[in-house]
Amino acid sequence: MPAPIRLRELIRTIRTARTQAEEREMIQKECAAIRSSFREEDNTYRCRNVAKLLYMHMLGYPAHFGQLECLKLIASQKFTDKRIGYLGAMLLLDERQDVHLLMTNCIKNDLNHSTQYVQGLALCTLGCMGSAEMCRDLAGEVEKLLKTSNSYLRKKAALCAVHVIRKVPELMEIEKNHGVLHTSVVLITEMCERSPDMLTHFRKLVPQLVRILKNLIMSGYSPEHDVSGISDPFLQVRILRLLRILGKGDDDSSEAMNDILAQVATNTETSKNVGNAILYETVLTIMDIKSESGLRVLAINILGRFLLNNDKNIRYVALTSLLKTVQTDHNAVQRHRSTIVDCLKDLDVSIKRRAMELSFALVNGNNIRGMMKELLYFLDSCDPEFKADCASGVFLAAEKFAPSKRWHIDTIMRVLTTAGSYVRDDCVPNLIQLITNSSEMHAYTVQRLYKALLDDISQQPLVQVSSWCMGEYGDLLLSGQCEEEEPIQVSEDEVLDVLEGVLISNLSSPVTRGYALTAIMKLSTRFSSVNRIKRVVSIYGSSIDVELQQRAVEYNALFKKYDHMRAALLERMPVMEKTAANGPTEIVQTNGEAEPSVLDVKHVPSAPQPSVQANDLLDLLSGNDMVPVIPTTVPTKPASAGGELLDLLGDLSLTGVPASAPVPVSISQPPFLLDGISSQPLFNDAAAGIPPMTAYNKNGLKIDFTFERSNSNPNVAVITIHASNSTEADMTDFVFQAAVPKTFQLQLLSPSSNVVPALNKGTITQVVKVLNPQKQQLRMRIKLTYNHRGSSVQDLAEVNNFPTQSWQ
Amino acid sequence: MQFMLLFSRQGKLRLQKWYVPLSDKEKKKITRELVQTVLARKPKMCSFLEWRDLKIVYKRYASLYFCCAIEDQDNELITLEIIHRYVELLDKYFGSVCELDIIFNFEKAYFILDEFLLGGEAQETSKKNVLKAIEQADLLQEVRHNYFL
Repeated sequence: MPAPIRLRELIRTIRTARTQAEEREMIQKECAAIRSSFREEDNTYRCRNVAKLLYMHMLGYPAHFGQLECLKLIASQKFTDKRIGYLGAMLLLDERQDVHLLMTNCIKNDLNHSTQYVQGLALCTLGCMGSAEMCRDLAGEVEKLLKTSNSYLRKKAALCAVHVIRKVPELMEIEKNHGVLHTSVVLITEMCERSPDMLTHFRKLVPQLVRILKNLIMSGYSPEHDVSGISDPFLQVRILRLLRILGKGDDDSSEAMNDILAQVATNTETSKNVGNAILYETVLTIMDIKSESGLRVLAINILGRFLLNNDKNIRYVALTSLLKTVQTDHNAVQRHRSTIVDCLKDLDVSIKRRAMELSFALVNGNNIRGMMKELLYFLDSCDPEFKADCASGVFLAAEKFAPSKRWHIDTIMRVLTTAGSYVRDDCVPNLIQLITNSSEMHAYTVQRLYKALLDDISQQPLVQVSSWCMGEYGDLLLSGQCEEEEPIQVSEDEVLDVLEGVLISNLSSPVTRGYALTAIMKLSTRFSSVNRIKRVVSIYGSSIDVELQQRAVEYNALFKKYDHMRAALLERMPVMEKTAANGPTEIVQTNGEAEPSVLDVKHVPSAPQPSVQANDLLDLLSGNDMVPVIPTTVPTKPASAGGELLDLLGDLSLTGVPASAPVPVSISQPPFLLDGISSQPLFNDAAAGIPPMTAYNKNGLKIDFTFERSNSNPNVAVITIHASNSTEADMTDFVFQAAVPKTFQLQLLSPSSNVVPALNKGTITQVVKVLNPQKQQLRMRIKLTYNHRGSSVQDLAEVNNFPTQSWQ
Repeated sequence: MQFMLLFSRQGKLRLQKWYVPLSDKEKKKITRELVQTVLARKPKMCSFLEWRDLKIVYKRYASLYFCCAIEDQDNELITLEIIHRYVELLDKYFGSVCELDIIFNFEKAYFILDEFLLGGEAQETSKKNVLKAIEQADLLQEVRHNYFL
């Protein structure tokens, strides 16, 4: 068999191949030759063949049949063979293959070889790809080598030991040896990262390390170790890193380090990358250890200087570190805000991302307007991958720091129009909640949304919010009144056209269609062209989409059988309260399901419903003033599930896409308040001796309060109101509302009825629970509304004459 | 360091050194994706990028891209220095190194890399020492054996 071609020639030939196919052909031919040569067990040329195989592997061709050959090479005595063999082992094998175990013995022998280079090769291979078993077997040998006097081997052994420890953490009892500085520092770093006990052991080293570092900086020019005038930067960085780990959380070591850190920080030259590398490491170290404040300021200034540097790499690094420190040293970082904002405009993707994150972290009440302008501009021009993050960031920031409601709504609208398809799904309900809360902005909002919708119906969240608003506030749109913008003249048909367009368009998702359909339905009470709406609704009664069909069928039923209820059902949504200060994810009002069984159950009162009293209290927890009072539903039919009103206003169907529906609040009991208060009325007749009182007596209406103490919670006073009517006419639609000062918490349960019969023939009773944790004087403001003799009466009163035992 | 790749402007791999165990398929996949990402970067862009959960540090020398993947807590700037030091070593050894040298003598490039880095960390910070070690190892490779390669 002729001698196989030399490596060089092979490489040359392959490079002349013009097409992939030609190359593949050559390689296959050569592979065949190599394979037959291997079969012949040819020792002399084996290493050449394996080298060729490695080259082919690098080009991407399979070369696993060479693995065993590598082993044979390793076992051979010739150095060349060993070298290629180990190289092949490192490239072709890894710990996942079984073949590598066969190497263990070879490596063991080689570790004990007389030639240090052979030992070095073995260590190198072990260090690169040793598996856990190999490491375990060979750890003893490595340890022995760690102690040799040969520095060449010691440094290799140290790193190999690092690898061993990474693989097999239990072997850490290997004694450390002050061998070559660099590798041993690495070893120590690794050990400290893994085990806290080692930390204490090595803390003693701190003064020594400090000394070494000082020597490095002070000492003269050492040509072999230095890089552009700075002596051994690799070692400096390593030592700094080790100092960081040792100093974290420990005061003494940190103090010892302060000086040297300051010295490094001020003395290092920053014109070259090397100097900056060391400074960067220093800054990181300063941040992590318990350094004094002067040092920290120095660190932040260094970072600021980095930011102004022209080199992008340095700016990137500075932005990253600033992000880490912005939590602790907020003010210092603010100073560099304008530079950071400039970085937003940089072309480089990594820098943009970092700058964006940092900008969001820096936004606060003062700079919100300016920052938001920049960020919105950025949102317009940035890549899609950023848009989602940026949009949610903008929302969060706007929510925390919005200077005015109008600004907030403007901002959100801007986000929706520019990046609408990228916003997260939960922002739609958040936005809706925000809009309902700002009642004075309704007209303005709905106008702007209408205009936006005219332009573009492709962005789903925008369409959803717009259709919802148009459904709610369509009448405001018609009347065209709006102080802040020029009124536009919109007719009912135009509005309905737009909504129908949304329904029909292919761009709308099923969820959006649901929104649009319900919006059209709501408009039936607000607009006068009911027939058109009826028509639309009945068309969708046979739609393929189950969700739409269900809604349409129910709305149809509304038109036919329950027309009298329609107005009440489709009334405007009340103000929703937030439960949490930032980014409320639950809407306090429970919104029921649009289930078919709904319609025949309840009479919906004209006032909003939350029968979930828990929400009042939850809301109080966030510190609202003078609890806006929400009276309970009037005739409650406790038969329905949990006393909840099934409310078509909600427009939220959990059978549809879950992401777009705000989570209806389940009646989860807030922790401490309600443990005594369960949902069934606590009528302990043991009045505990608190005398009743008359709270209100006017125009024939008398309201008495009787008191009970709640069983489980002494801070809760249970008040039962009794309303009686001494006139000759009934009082119908009676609603009792109450408000208490901030330090109290109030809960109203369902009244027994809403008609106070005339001539004291009967009374309405209602239970009121007041939590009085601070034992303050109980005060209450009450509001009564009722219809009497054909006219509606409203009255407000203050109740101050509570007996002292009620609140003691 | 988790791995180091050298590739040309056309995307051809010249050197690959992996310090973490991965299957062949994964290595190929990572290489492919990374090469694409790095080659797509414009010349003035930052040398660092975030990719999956790793930090990638790359630098271009003439027609070759040197690309390293480091972990979160590693210092990016010093990695750039490591890359530079490696290039210097190659330069000293081959005498004004160019891409062809690395193509035809890839095994020597690997040997030099192995003398400089072990297990992903720098083992010898002195240029002189690294080169001396390589020289001596080469001597061990008796002259006539060079014919076999």
